Amino acid sequence: MAADGSGGVPLENLVCCPVCDALHEVGTVAEGQRLRCVRCGTIIAVGQSEAITRIVVLAVTALILMSIVVFYPFLTLRNGVFASRASVFETVMSFSEGVMAPLSFAVAAFVIILPVARLATLIWALGPLAINRAPLPGATFALRWAEILRPWAMAEIFMVGVAVALVKLADLATLQMGPAFWSFGAIVVITTLKDTQMSKHSIWKTLDEAKRR
Amino acid sequence: MEDPGRGKASLTAWTARDAGLVGCRHCTRVWPADTEICGRCGGRLVSREATSQQRVWAWLIAGLMFYIPANVYPMLVTRTVGFAEDQTIVGGVLELAGHGAYGVAFIVFFASVIIPVGKFVAIGWLAWLVERPHGYRPKQLLHLYEVVEWIGRWSMIDVFVVAILVALVQFQLVASINPGIAAVCFALSVVFTMLSAMSFDSRILWDGIETLDDDDRS
Repeated sequence: MAADGSGGVPLENLVCCPVCDALHEVGTVAEGQRLRCVRCGTIIAVGQSEAITRIVVLAVTALILMSIVVFYPFLTLRNGVFASRASVFETVMSFSEGVMAPLSFAVAAFVIILPVARLATLIWALGPLAINRAPLPGATFALRWAEILRPWAMAEIFMVGVAVALVKLADLATLQMGPAFWSFGAIVVITTLKDTQMSKHSIWKTLDEAKRR
Repeated sequence: MEDPGRGKASLTAWTARDAGLVGCRHCTRVWPADTEICGRCGGRLVSREATSQQRVWAWLIAGLMFYIPANVYPMLVTRTVGFAEDQTIVGGVLELAGHGAYGVAFIVFFASVIIPVGKFVAIGWLAWLVERPHGYRPKQLLHLYEVVEWIGRWSMIDVFVVAILVALVQFQLVASINPGIAAVCFALSVVFTMLSAMSFDSRILWDGIETLDDDDRS
């Protein structure tokens, strides 16, 4: 697949590997085909005509579930007559006193703000494409930031943290999972599904073509 | 396309730089070498990050500095009637193991001790190798960086565990759990090492591997 120089090939058809800089010439990708970098194996292009629609549908679902997560009780702890209830919002605010305050903000960012921002930027950039409309202004900016935010959105890691906390508290009291708990679990699964559909080259090419129309 | 990254033939590749072009790492579009801003996505274009080494070392040292107090000071302060008990990261792991929850104890130990320490060693080693013509084990190097970059965020588990425990266990007089200063240090350490891994320009590492392969053949 490696192109032998740029001579003759228009620059639009060339794709560089973001990991190792190897140059590839990519034409139309057949349905269901996955192209990997010849040198380092990074996925370069994915041939799925429905990918954009699927990404948008999954992102919208995750965003709706996210609103349930923030407002409903997450976990309830019972120990005899005492009961303690925590929502995700209370969890992120648990460091809000004194020197810990910045940490509270950071946890809020990792668990709620950045995952929501990522979903919102994706929907803004790709939503109109899924229903065959022209892209909204700022679509390129939104799509670029959706990718930059990726490592910092840590909802799935928070879920593992919840599992560990449950084990730690198992002796102390009985725990009940609220609706927010199950919603959050669903978000993690949906987001993972959504990310497997993404390939930088394929998405950007679709956005390019939509703009030209 | 078979077995990428293995065997000699696939180690050499015609890169965007070889072709007098610069590739965008945000959207994979290529442009003539002197372009500064990507015309498709608006990202900044650099063929090879010139200051990547300094930034990798700076973030790595900052991360290491915060990792030490994160282990020395308490992560959790538990107050039950009349008693206050401090718990460090390793203390928390031992407590979990004491309950017989070996699987969970291992997850926490892996996320809070093995991943951070492994990451310091791995990034340091890669950054050290990139600075000189490295002469051995290219195949093992190939995906080490990707593993390091992917796994680093999972260290945050312990910080989230502390947040959940603090929010849940607030039975004012009977029992309460408060965060210790180590939680802040540990979170900062994880963020700094993530930034360190991100500052690393993997394309420079691949350039080195290509050079090594050429030397072997001549």
